[in-house]
Amino acid sequence: MRRLTWIVSSLAILAALDRILPALLNPYALQILTRCGVSVILAVSLNLINGFTGQFSLGHAGFMAIGAYTAAMISLHLGAPWAATMIHLGAPAQLAQGAALLIALLAGGSAAALAGYLVGLPSLRLRGDYLAIVTLGFGEIIRVIITNVNAVGASRGLPDIPHWASPFWVCLGALCVILVSVHLARSTHGRALFAIRDDEVAAEALGVDTTRYKVLAFVMGSFFAGIAGGLYAHDIGFLNPDTFQFTRSIEIIAMVVLGGLGSVSGSVLAAIVLTVLPELLRPIRDLRMIIYSLMLIVLMIVRPQGLFGQHELKLPWFKRRASTA
Amino acid sequence: MSEFLQQLVNGLTSGSVYALIALGYTMVYGILRLINFAHGDIYMLGAFIGWFAARALHAGQQPNPLKALAVLVIAMVGCGLAGVIIERLAYKPVRKSPRLSALITAIGVSLLLENGARLLFGADPKFFPQIVTLQNIPLGGGVTISNHQIIILTVSVVLMFALRVVVLHTKVGKAMQAVSFNPTAAALMGISVDRIITFTFMIGSMLAAAAGVLVAMKDPKIEPYMGLLPGLKAFVAAVLGGIGNVPGAVLGGLVMGIAEVMVVGYVSPTYRDAIAFVLLIVILLVRPSGILGRSTTEKV
Repeated sequence: MRRLTWIVSSLAILAALDRILPALLNPYALQILTRCGVSVILAVSLNLINGFTGQFSLGHAGFMAIGAYTAAMISLHLGAPWAATMIHLGAPAQLAQGAALLIALLAGGSAAALAGYLVGLPSLRLRGDYLAIVTLGFGEIIRVIITNVNAVGASRGLPDIPHWASPFWVCLGALCVILVSVHLARSTHGRALFAIRDDEVAAEALGVDTTRYKVLAFVMGSFFAGIAGGLYAHDIGFLNPDTFQFTRSIEIIAMVVLGGLGSVSGSVLAAIVLTVLPELLRPIRDLRMIIYSLMLIVLMIVRPQGLFGQHELKLPWFKRRASTA
Repeated sequence: MSEFLQQLVNGLTSGSVYALIALGYTMVYGILRLINFAHGDIYMLGAFIGWFAARALHAGQQPNPLKALAVLVIAMVGCGLAGVIIERLAYKPVRKSPRLSALITAIGVSLLLENGARLLFGADPKFFPQIVTLQNIPLGGGVTISNHQIIILTVSVVLMFALRVVVLHTKVGKAMQAVSFNPTAAALMGISVDRIITFTFMIGSMLAAAAGVLVAMKDPKIEPYMGLLPGLKAFVAAVLGGIGNVPGAVLGGLVMGIAEVMVVGYVSPTYRDAIAFVLLIVILLVRPSGILGRSTTEKV
């Protein structure tokens, strides 16, 4: 019951924010907010793979691309006509579009999860750096394939995707991935993932089905990356294979490592900082990427375990909820 | 048949460039277990230093072999120095940290080099002066080879041979092997591990610089992000041959170059960038330690 009220109230708050925010913020700030949300989803989902399970993935942009393109294609060919008919029949526009977006996102997430399953399988054989390289290669292959498929616009890009990703949906997505991560961390499954990260051989000796859990981590992480991709597509309204270059994966990794591997709140915070920072540095233009990269280097030298290490940011409110849950 | 042979010649040329870059990756990985993501940008830096040297020497106006050689040497020395500085300032402090932070540092260095180059040299592509006048030499049977390709092949082979001599027959080279085998034991035997690591970075960067100049001579368009993809592919080549293994890097580079050219020639040019990674995934699934790599059993 408590949980239900919590869900309903948070949904209500998000819906209210969706109405209030556009009035309060200018479109630029609103867009940065949306991009922060997408980054949060990406960072927290990668944290499931890299931080929780210790499997080094360098291909998160690839999963994101699969989700983005699947969701966009579904919206373009099924969702948009369907929503238009529903609105024509008298359904509220936001409801019809929201439902269409939800379905597109879930489809994108599922497609990415399937890809994650396929990539997770070789992770049974490969460890450490080798896995990193395979995921990197996988991400690049996805991008090259997209560049070559005419149906999704090839290198010209995919335009005219409906702009349905309002702050409500982005924040909802971020909330979902955070909740799943936090609850996972406290569950048996989460402990199994941590055990694999800390010592895979010992975990296996203690009866953890390492294969299953590694694949599980990949599937979950890529599912949310796909959702993030879908949200990105419906936010920007245009997809281009170059968006999903290897550098994008790197950006996400930087967020996770900066926040502290394994720390959910760290990932969230780092995702926001690393998304907002380049914007704040925009006035100094050419110098901004230099400052960004220097900060990355200096931070790794001064604090290699990331801002939060493995710790979580504990708000008093959060602690109270944790003890009652 | 002649088309195939022509492709083979082109593939060997681009493969030997990949091999030069891959050597740096593999040596650094062999010693530090670090994927040096900034290595591709050192290659870019080499091309730019070469560009400045060529302009300062007016090597483009009156091409002569001595000036071309000077351009190559200046780029190599400059990049060797850059490699040492980067290693000392960025990588040394994180050597004891978790490996992932070292990797992020490498990524940071890569971003710094790319954006630094963009700031200093401008984002628009520069055109490398013709330090050697292009000549096409028919080999018979419809196959031609340009003097640029001959130079690339010769310089690569000479450098690889020099590397082989250094690694196998000098004191420093033996120390490098020792550090790569077991850094702690090497340190106990009186080898200055720090100095060896710096030396490795220097050698690797010099080879990458040579690759940068050679490529710029053949395809004169140079820009700050030119190192990104060749760097990745050379890294893949290093893994293909067995990372940490010096002959493996050369073999991997050649296989990669030939495979790429064949895909461009017989499949579709747009899939050029994918073949490297397809090859990689296949080899890692079939033989994870690479073609020449020795598989290690994990100690518990």
